[in-house]
Amino acid sequence: MLNVILETCAGTLTQGLIYAILSYGIFITYKILDFPDLTVDGSFPLGAAVTAVLLTRGVNAWLTLPVAMLIGAAAGLCTGLIHVRARVRDLLAGIITMTALYSVNLQIAGSNLMVERAIDTIYTSAPVMALLGGVPLLYRKLILSLLLVVVIGAILEWYFSTKNGLLLRAVGDNETLVTTLAVDKGRMKILGLVIANALVALSGCIVCQEGRSFSATMGTGQMVFGLAAVIIGTTLFRRMTFVKGTAAVVIGSILYKACIQAAILLGLPANMLKFITAALFLVILITGNMGRGKGGADRAGA
Amino acid sequence: MLELKNITKIYNPGEITEACLFRDFNLSVEAGEFVSIVGSNGSGKTSLLNIICGSIPIEGGDVIIDGESMLHKKEFVRYRRFGRVYQNPAFGTSPNLTMFENLSLADNKGKAYDLGRGVNHPRREAYREQLAALGLGLEDKMDVKMGALSGGQRQAVALLMATMTPIDFLILDEHTAALDPKTADTIMALTDRVVREKGLTAIMVTHNLRYAVEYGSRLLMMDKGQLVLDAAGEQKRQMGVEDILDLFTKISIECGN
Repeated sequence: MLNVILETCAGTLTQGLIYAILSYGIFITYKILDFPDLTVDGSFPLGAAVTAVLLTRGVNAWLTLPVAMLIGAAAGLCTGLIHVRARVRDLLAGIITMTALYSVNLQIAGSNLMVERAIDTIYTSAPVMALLGGVPLLYRKLILSLLLVVVIGAILEWYFSTKNGLLLRAVGDNETLVTTLAVDKGRMKILGLVIANALVALSGCIVCQEGRSFSATMGTGQMVFGLAAVIIGTTLFRRMTFVKGTAAVVIGSILYKACIQAAILLGLPANMLKFITAALFLVILITGNMGRGKGGADRAGA
Repeated sequence: MLELKNITKIYNPGEITEACLFRDFNLSVEAGEFVSIVGSNGSGKTSLLNIICGSIPIEGGDVIIDGESMLHKKEFVRYRRFGRVYQNPAFGTSPNLTMFENLSLADNKGKAYDLGRGVNHPRREAYREQLAALGLGLEDKMDVKMGALSGGQRQAVALLMATMTPIDFLILDEHTAALDPKTADTIMALTDRVVREKGLTAIMVTHNLRYAVEYGSRLLMMDKGQLVLDAAGEQKRQMGVEDILDLFTKISIECGN
């Protein structure tokens, strides 16, 4: 019994962690750039599709990570160009890319694709086995995912503290200021979307390796998931300035996955999963607003 | 020298609400001049600043700076030589960044925003000294987020930021209008000092006639997209607040209000 509980916890934690990478992306677009980026629902399965195809073709599992990021970055670039250069509204720009990506993903991988047990993923790759070979797969996944999330989070925090990172934060904060600093604010927005969707696709890549599968519909609701994670995390740690934004997002992501896991354990049918995802999100938004008092509706509607 | 040549500005062209603000408007500002612009609401003061900076499109004419046409230069490109302080203190700084981060960002204007360290520690002492010179107690708030400061404090920092790097033109868009009288006086005195010290060409829109009279080397009054007064040198020195107020009232009566 204890073993089952431990295993469920480990599995849920792993899920929370690898989806935290997606939440990092949404943290950049939603929280920093104030851009509701729906590209996510397309770029997440895009990362997974590319990974599934590359793995089945025998490409090294670690190599799929940078490839997925690059292709995700290209998706972000599309949304950015549509919004900034063609002046299409932010929501619509994301919807256009997302819709197009659905077909792109089908072209790349077909409707569903399984990655055979015989194929090595990052979790069973040689360097990981050399270090953690004695650890059961379930816990090996947890350790490696945690490592990846911490390393990526640290890189992001470093980036946010650079000149370019400060400028990116300023674009979401006050576009006028960035223009008077003689910088093209549009280019910074595009850059933010590129980085965000690279992370989202990377998350899709790792999810694909963890679950050994791609499905065309796996992107549905991911934007909502990421938003919920970001909002839970940043609302919980609002008063604690020493908690970094990325750390808050990781905790939000784990908590949200845990809530959904709990709902499943309580006997919720799998078909109702997205419904619960949406309902939970609504509860989070409403409680978040109540905690904030009168002026709470500012960003919640975006 | 900054020249506006035959500027035509039409709002909502082709629509039923079409309104022509400027038709063949001309103005030239010599290097080193400090021009104050007064005029009633809707007279075109802020539009004029927006045209100079490229913030709004024009239907005809050209903005020429030192002989170079600005017609196809984007707004952000023009700001390489411009600093601007807005009426709304929130426009000049980034609220979620600390004052130190804001100052470091502004200090880097004109250089690459690369992956170097964002905050400029070697310059921290220099920022502190500049802030201390304002006498607003801001030097102890370097690590406070800008959004937590008052309007006057933000405006002082915005002015510092706008003039931190070498620029040639300072655009002041009613930058004391949202402040209490005492803070407004402080900011105005600070503005005058910065303009003198850095030898800037300044264009200031203001509703405060006293500032327009006391400060600056040239005074313009605008009405319905036209200059109704252009006084410099001795003529400006002899003008008092009453003279401007008289002219102001006269225009308003002609308008029927």
